[in-house]
This record gives sequence, C-alpha cells and structure tokens, in this order.
Amino acid sequence: MENWSLVSICVLFGLTARWAVSLNSYSGAGKPPMFGDYEAQRHWQEVTYNLPVHEWYFNTTDNNLNYWGLDYPPLTAYHSLLCAHLINPDWVELHASRGHESYGHKLFMRATVLVADLLIYIPAVVLYSFYLSEGSNKKKVFLCILLYPGLILIDYGHFQYNSISLGLALWGVVVLGLGWDVLGSLAFVLSLNYKQMELYHSLPFFCYLLGKCFKQGLAGRGLFLLVKIAVTVLVTFALCWLPFLSDPGQILQVVHRLFPVGRGLFEDKVANTWCSLNVLIKIKTILSTDTQLYFSLTTTLLAILPSSIKLLMKPTLWQFKLALVNSSLAFFLFSFQVHEKSILLPALPVCLLLNDLPLPAIWFLQASTFSMLPLFLKDGLLVPYVVTSLAFLFFSIYLLSAFEHCSEDKLRLGPYRRLLICIVRRYGYLSNCINKDHFYFSITAMAGLSFMSVALAPPDQLPDLFPLLVSVFSYLHFLGLLLYFNIVQIAEPLQSVRKNQKKSN
Amino acid sequence: SISKVHCVVLLTMTVFSGYFSHSTDFEVHRNWLAITHSLPVSKWYHENTSEWTLDYPPLFAWFEYSLSHVAQHFDKEMLVVQNLIYTSPATILFQRLSVIVTDIVFIYAVKECCRSVREEKGSKDLLGHPFFILAALLLWNFGLLIVDHIHFQYNGFLFGILLLSVARHLQGRHLEGALLFTVLLNLKHIYLYIAPAYGIFLLRSYCFTKDNTDGSVRWSSFSPVRLVALGSIVISVGALSFGPFIAMGQLPQVLSRLFPFKRGLCHAYWAPNVWALYNMVDKALSVLGVRLKLLDVAKLPKASMTGGLVQEFQHSILPSVSPSITLICTLLSIMPAVLSIWCRPRGARGFLRCLVVCALGSFMFGWHVHEKAILMAILPFSILAVESREDAGIFLMLTTTGHYSLFPLLFTAAELPIKVLLMLLFTLYSFTSLKKLFRGSLLNPLETTYLLGLVAVEILCEVVYPLSPWQHTLPFVPLLVTSVYCSLGVSYSFIRLYVSLLRQHGTDKHKQL
Repeated sequence: MENWSLVSICVLFGLTARWAVSLNSYSGAGKPPMFGDYEAQRHWQEVTYNLPVHEWYFNTTDNNLNYWGLDYPPLTAYHSLLCAHLINPDWVELHASRGHESYGHKLFMRATVLVADLLIYIPAVVLYSFYLSEGSNKKKVFLCILLYPGLILIDYGHFQYNSISLGLALWGVVVLGLGWDVLGSLAFVLSLNYKQMELYHSLPFFCYLLGKCFKQGLAGRGLFLLVKIAVTVLVTFALCWLPFLSDPGQILQVVHRLFPVGRGLFEDKVANTWCSLNVLIKIKTILSTDTQLYFSLTTTLLAILPSSIKLLMKPTLWQFKLALVNSSLAFFLFSFQVHEKSILLPALPVCLLLNDLPLPAIWFLQASTFSMLPLFLKDGLLVPYVVTSLAFLFFSIYLLSAFEHCSEDKLRLGPYRRLLICIVRRYGYLSNCINKDHFYFSITAMAGLSFMSVALAPPDQLPDLFPLLVSVFSYLHFLGLLLYFNIVQIAEPLQSVRKNQKKSN
Repeated sequence: SISKVHCVVLLTMTVFSGYFSHSTDFEVHRNWLAITHSLPVSKWYHENTSEWTLDYPPLFAWFEYSLSHVAQHFDKEMLVVQNLIYTSPATILFQRLSVIVTDIVFIYAVKECCRSVREEKGSKDLLGHPFFILAALLLWNFGLLIVDHIHFQYNGFLFGILLLSVARHLQGRHLEGALLFTVLLNLKHIYLYIAPAYGIFLLRSYCFTKDNTDGSVRWSSFSPVRLVALGSIVISVGALSFGPFIAMGQLPQVLSRLFPFKRGLCHAYWAPNVWALYNMVDKALSVLGVRLKLLDVAKLPKASMTGGLVQEFQHSILPSVSPSITLICTLLSIMPAVLSIWCRPRGARGFLRCLVVCALGSFMFGWHVHEKAILMAILPFSILAVESREDAGIFLMLTTTGHYSLFPLLFTAAELPIKVLLMLLFTLYSFTSLKKLFRGSLLNPLETTYLLGLVAVEILCEVVYPLSPWQHTLPFVPLLVTSVYCSLGVSYSFIRLYVSLLRQHGTDKHKQL
C-alpha cells in the first residue's frame, strides 16, 4: 500500500485510540474540594485570563497559591491564556468557576489536548520515523511510538499537556539529527520553558552540542557555533520570560514556584531509589532535608557523569539518544521530589530506541506504564490501561519482531562482553538477562500485580501494600535497564570501526 | 498470527464501549436477563413490566437465560425485573464482557471465511493478500463496531453465525451451513428475509445432486435422503426453540411479540430505503400542493411518519403503505434473484450473491427497517468484493453510503470524533486496499462525486445546521437529508448488483445457445 495511505491510517488509528481514552474519567473527577490535575489546568486558565501577568505567580487575595498555584514555566501560562480566550467565559470566571465540571467543558479540554498533540507531537514523530530511523521498519516504528500507552493515558486520561513539552523536545532531537543545531536548541529551550522537568534532558543536549563544537575545533567554526547556540538560548529565554524581566523579584518568585525545595525527598509512592530505600531504612526521617538534598544531588551527578562524558567525546545521534535515556532515567531514579509521571521523560527517548533495541525498549515502556498503575486506578482508568497496554505489547512485539533481536550482537552488548571477559568471566551471564523467558515472566508478574491491585483489598496493617509492590517492582526494572543502557552507551568504541555502524553525525 | 493482531484490534476498539450505558439497548438486554432468570418459562412472553418486551425468538431467550447464570456472580440486582434502568458498574462490566466473549464466534467465522477466499497466485506482501483484506474489512467494519460496541447489541455474535454458515456453504459443508442458519433464524427472526435464498439454494443445489448439461434441473437426481436430513435439522432446532411454547399453547402470543406490526412504516431514524424516498416525495408534494393552493392545509393528516412503538401512518398525497404492500414489494424485488439460482445455479458463490440481493431487497422495501439491517447485506458482500473487480466497485459505494447512514445513531458531541475517525479509517482502508488489489480505480467520476458529497452533507448536518435558525423550527432536517441522500446511493448499488446478477444469468444462457 502506498506510503501516505498507511501513514494516514496509522495516524487515524492513533487519534482514535487517544479520543477513545479521553472519553473516560479524568484526574479528580467529582472529588471536591481539591479535585485533580484537570481542575489545576482549568484554574490556570482562570488565573491567566483574569489577572495581570505580574500577579500570576504571587500569592494574592485573588490568587491563592495553595489552590493549584501555577508551578510551571511561563509557556504553560501563555498556553492556558490562549485556551481561556477560546472558550465560554463562565468556565473561567474568577473564583466562581472553581470546581466547574460539565460535559461541554470536558469536551473542550479534551479537544485542546488533541489539537496540541496533532500540531506538535505527532508531526515530530512522523519526521523522526521517516527521516531518522533506519531500516525497513519505518511505518511499524511510527505506529508503535504512537501507541505508547503511558503518554496516551496521562495526557488523555489523567489530563496533562505532556505532548507539548515532549513534542518540542522531540522536535529538538529530530532537528539536531538533521544537522540544524541552532534550530534544535531553540526547540529544546521552548520545551524547557513549557515544563521545567525537561531539565532532565538538558544535560545531553548541552553535552551533545558542546561536543560538536569541540569536534569542529574550538578555535574556528566550533567557537562560532557555540556562540550562535548560546545567543539563541539566551534570546529565547529572554523572549519567553519577557513580562517577568522587569523585576528581579518576579524572576525569583517564579523560580521559587518551579523548584519547591521545601517539599521533601519524595511524595506518595514513586518507582525511584529513595522511595524503595525507604522501605528498608526510613531515610526520610533519619536524614535532615538539607542532607537529603545533597545526598540526592551527589548520587544523581554520579549517575549521569559517565554517560555525559561519553557523549561529549563522541557526539553522534546514537550516543545522543542513549544519553537522553540514561540522563533522564538517572534523574528519575535519584533526584529530588520526583513524581511518577516523570517516567514519561525517559520514556520518550526510549521510544526512539524501538527500532534499534526493540526488546529492551518495549520492556521499559511497558514497565513505565505499569509503574503508573496506582495513579490510573485512582483516576478510574483501569480498562483503558489494560486495553492500551495489551494493544501496545501485541503490536510492538509482532511488528518489530522483538524476540528475534535478542542475540548479544543485536543487543549491542558485544563490546561490553569483550571488555569484561578478560576481567571477570563470571559476570558474562548478565548479558543473557534480556531474553524472551525473562520478559514473559516479568509481564506475567505485572499482570498479576495489576489484577491483585484491583481485585484484592490490602491487609489492614499495610494499606499501601499494592502501590508499594508496584513501585518497587518497577524500580528494579528501571535500575536494571539503566545499567543496561549505560553499558551499551559506554562500551561502544570511540571510533566507529565496525561496518554496520552507519550512524555518524 | 494475523488473527492475534486482529483480536487485539477488536479488543482495542472496546476501550470506548463504556459509552453504551446510556443506550436503551443496554436496558433491553438487562431486562431480558432479568425476565429469563427470575420468571418461569410460561411467563417469558407475557411479561410486560418494562416497555422492552421480549421480541426475539425463544432460542435467544434461552441464550439470555444461560448468560444470566453467569450474570448472577457479577451483580444479583440486575436480575430483578422491577429494577428498571439499573446500571451498576458490575452490570456494565458484565454486559460489556459478554459482548466481547461472544465476539469470539465472529472472529472464528471471519477466519473460516478467509480460508474460503479464492486467491490469485503470485507473491504479495501480507497486506495485499485478499484474505487479509477480507479479514480487515470484516473485523474492523465500521458499522459493526458502532452498532455492537457503542450501541450494545449481540450483532457480532449473530453475524458471526451468519458468516460461519456462509463459509460452510462455500466449503461445501451444506448440512452444517443449514444447521447454523436454522439456529440463527431461531435467534433473531429478521433473518427470515434471507431464508428464501437459503431455501431455494439448498433445494436446488443440495437436494438435486446432479444437473443436466445445459444447467437445468435434472428431476431424476432428486435425493430424498438429503431432503429428509435438511428437514430434520430444521424441525429439531425449531422444536428445541419453540417446542416448550407450542406445548403450552403460547404460540400465538409469541408470534404477536415477534411481529409487532403496529410500528410505523419507518423507524425513528429513517433507514435509507425506498420508503424514505417515498415519504420525502410525499412530503414535498404536499408542501408544493399547499404552496400552489391546490390542497387545503386543514385536510392533511397530521400524523408523523416515525411512529416508534405506536402509530400507523398516513401519507398525505400518495397512497398509504401497509405492511402487506411492503411484503409484496419485497417478495417481488427478490423474486428474479431467487428464480435465477433455481434456473441457473452457480454454486455457492451464486447463492451468496442471491443472499446479498435478498438482504438488500428486504432492506429497501421492508416494513419498519432499522438502519442496522444494511449490515446484513454489507458483511456477506465483503467476501464477493475481494474476489471480483466489479463487485469491489459496488461494495465501496454500498459500504460508504450504508455506513454513513449509521451516523445519526451516535448523536452526542463526544462521539462525533470517534465516528468521524473510524469512518475515515475504514473508508480510507477499504478504498486503498481494494484499489491496490485490483490495480486501478474502481469508481467512475459520478460515483466519486456522489461520495464526496457525503462530506458536504456531514458538514451541513453537524456544523452548519446547528448554527442556523432552522434548528428549532425544522428539527428533523438533518435526518431527512442524511436518509434521502444515502437512499440514493443504496438504491443505486442495489440496481447495479441486480444488473450484475442478471447479466451473469444472461451470459450463462448465451453459453448454452
């Protein structure tokens, strides 16, 4: 079948799945007084529409920051303002519209997500699949990326606008892959100004661009490139923050809202190191807040150092993709005040690895969706979760022939094995971890845990048993895959001598 | 492995089946579960606490009875007859699961149909194989998805039995096919419309084992054994289904429930058939007559045509149409096709074509036809469409207009993107895959223009009309426009199908001369 018709069919299918999920319930539906993220977005539209700019981030009589105060950078605020202008003013009336829930309003909000997705995220995926992925699998990769359940369920179910920030970041990656460094950095800065969590991706972008500048020679073109990029970044930041630049107090307050360091190491149950460690040692109570901060900062830096240095030394697209995964996953696992939704940040670059490392990528993506199960259960999204996960698993495993790409060579572990075989013979078995049987076992365990979370009631002494089990189980997966992706990135030789390494940039 | 992918797609589509909680059919089936579970058999067809009385044949009632035994583990309250409009989450979950599980019959039937499809030799990639295209056209059929998963019916299950019966006939296993059809008939009596095709085909091609050289009947080859086998199948299934009721002397009551002729000529949403055109002409003439002062407004009858459960209908100018007239018209319309397979049987494929013609004929001329009935013609026709170029062209026309006529069934704003996206998906897929299979364009420019006109109609009905002042004065205009526009397309397909059938008959005759 012709290309365009297959692509359109994939897009239509993806859109149908998205809208179908959006017919379900959203976060905080019918739960006064605070409701949920849906109400937060509506409230931001209310605040930005009715109040002047310099009051948006401040605690005033009209703007109570305790009730879903704005805690994303200015682009989110501008987006909310735009949405607020498009709708019925009753829905954003100051104070009076708090907790407003109606059929028409839900349709409108869902439609805004769909439009943003269609305009930003989906074109980026199209460009990536057809210009930057290799082999004959382009359309299959495209469909699989579109069907990633985590993003669909969070954006169209729980209700957020991750497709905008992730889409802009993806645009950054695609544009950089095509060789336009300045535009790529522009896209990424915009993405950063939409959600500050994109900082998880910032180090790889920085190292990649710096590495490219070094490669082009710091005395000539490299320096010129560096200056161009720096100027672009600064100018874009200035433009985004323009209304706030007049007063340093404004800037400080916004930064204070974006990075709430007073909130502790973690909240709720997250699949990261600190929460899992908390099961064995109650670190939240043992260490003081400052110690916790420094501890997490140090471990995060240690975790991302190897990957970033390697990227600096070898700035190719392949290294860049791996570094994105490693950096964001390391941040997720070791950083301060991480929310479970932040798993989407490593998930995006892993989607980009679907073509090259299908089985580990699918495994990670499924684990990421699974790790958010307690959130979905709270929002009443059980059926969409089950259906989209099953659909994603079947499609990706079948279309990408994941089980045929399990050999050591295909998993890019060849160099690692050679490196280690002289040191310690025993640890060679690690490369055999990623195979079909382990995968099936893992999926069955996830299915079992999901079923138990739904069907059984937890014992009275341990009311959080199932969310805890889910997060610890996911954590183990993430840790293992972090190790794997780091090995793949670092073990790759600096000079591409092998003939099947066509990726150079 | 292909069926695995299709299964998953089907499952995926059920993610939005959460929306049938507001459909009346949901309450209908809950009520029937309650009736069959809580009341003794003698009361099943007399019960009328709810307005949705049991109006399917007894075998379906037995089916609901067996379902109710599973239902009691989900929520006992749904089985109480007095709990009208009872919609607990467990009830919804159970109903939804029952549709998904019975759809397995449909998936199996599709697999069997795909096995029987004729294939050309030659290397094709998976997507270009006729059997893959057929599987896709059947499993992702827009009409079936809309009707079954959003409106909640057991159509997947019933159409599965129909397609399985057709597949058995295509494979030459006629007794099994006959058994399946009798079961189907006892599950939903609307399939009486295609019974003539089955009856004549089985009589002619199965009971007469050989034909003369010129294709006419060889009376000497009549096989009484086969006739008796067929007869015993029909009678035994009928006995299983109707037996208890005949024994209790309730047959007239059951029949009156099954054939409620008090309903109006047209369903509340007009099916795009001949009577929709007839009504429209009648209305147009009456309006014209009033304008030209030929008629007196006061003398025109005021009844509405849509009825629902109650009224008879009076046309203003053209003669009124009664149920017997529609029956005669239907019989007249299918007569040539049925005669054709008697005189010149062309094996199972000729039978399939006749079946489609019967289904379409009954859709065009029947009494109180629901738009869903177009699926009875579209689904079997898909098998013919992947085998012949001309059929593919007629199929595209029929399917697109038929599916579009189902749009009014989903009228809420939230369902609008779903129906548009699914319709685009199916239409895009059917056009591109069939075009690639038969290498070339399948529709002439006039047909293409007509189909593009559907887009204009959709924009008119969904966008322009709600914003115009006529929305309150003439609220039925979108339905009218949709029905009339689609009935043109459906009638055109019907005529073309008939022409192709008779032309084949003609060429056969020519060969003999």
